[in-house]
Amino acid sequence: MLFEQILFFLAGLVAVAGALGVVLLRNPFQSVLALVSHLIALAVLFLLLRAAFIAAAQVVIYASAVMVLYVFVVAYVGGSDEPLRRDEGGVVGSVGPLFALALFAELAIAIVGSSLTGLDSTGAEVGPAFGSPGQIGELLLTQFLLPFEAASFLLLIAAVGAVVLARKRRGLEESEEGPPTVSVGELARGKGPAQPDAAGGGQQ
Amino acid sequence: MSAIWFVVLSAFIFCIGAAGVLTRRSPLVILLCLELMLNAGNLALIAFARMHGNGEGQIFALIVLVVAACEVVVGLGIVVAMYRRRLPIDVDAMSELRG
Repeated sequence: MLFEQILFFLAGLVAVAGALGVVLLRNPFQSVLALVSHLIALAVLFLLLRAAFIAAAQVVIYASAVMVLYVFVVAYVGGSDEPLRRDEGGVVGSVGPLFALALFAELAIAIVGSSLTGLDSTGAEVGPAFGSPGQIGELLLTQFLLPFEAASFLLLIAAVGAVVLARKRRGLEESEEGPPTVSVGELARGKGPAQPDAAGGGQQ
Repeated sequence: MSAIWFVVLSAFIFCIGAAGVLTRRSPLVILLCLELMLNAGNLALIAFARMHGNGEGQIFALIVLVVAACEVVVGLGIVVAMYRRRLPIDVDAMSELRG
């Protein structure tokens, strides 16, 4: 019991620190790495809640596959540091953290004041098979067959959509933008057509 | 550990993610903060599944995992398309929807 509590507080601390790192770090690379540590800490919490299969899926799918995708895109776009929004005096930038604090206070009041008596207990008695791949698979293929199939279609649609969004459209872009035009005055001042670095400002 | 600890922790992580979505400008970091919020929801779902002692909440969490993966793929595709068209990678600059 004591071991469980120590593990909960350690994993919770790492999870909160990772979440804060995602929000506060300026470099997107460091944000992605903070999210990886956050996700692994969450997997530990899932294990404490006896969700072994979800924890494994979290580490395999999220903390590795999806995060590798993030790292590739950050490297491609160029992980440039961004200035704080507060520097420009944006209203949302200063109200945002206050809004989040208010949301947390509201949620905490709702949780503590809820009449769910089970919240204070350690939970119902469960067998050793609770949360195992066998139980999850049985539920997915019997009771939740329709959401399972819908999820597979969703994955297919997302894969097709990503290819359509990110492919190089040769014919379309040329007909829309035309060849790059440079006026004589710009040439005299030594300017070329728009450089890709102007957009992302980083390494390619 | 009683379930209330996990639920409060998930509420806290959700609020951190919400603050990030509101204050950051890079769409990449906004997607990362969305991941935080989705994972906080997952933690609450699994905590309630443990509290009730049946596996249906875990199925929900699994489906949320799939939807989050799809959302990442489409969001990153949009970011790459923005970069290809030499648009600034900044959500404030993307103020109109146009094909």
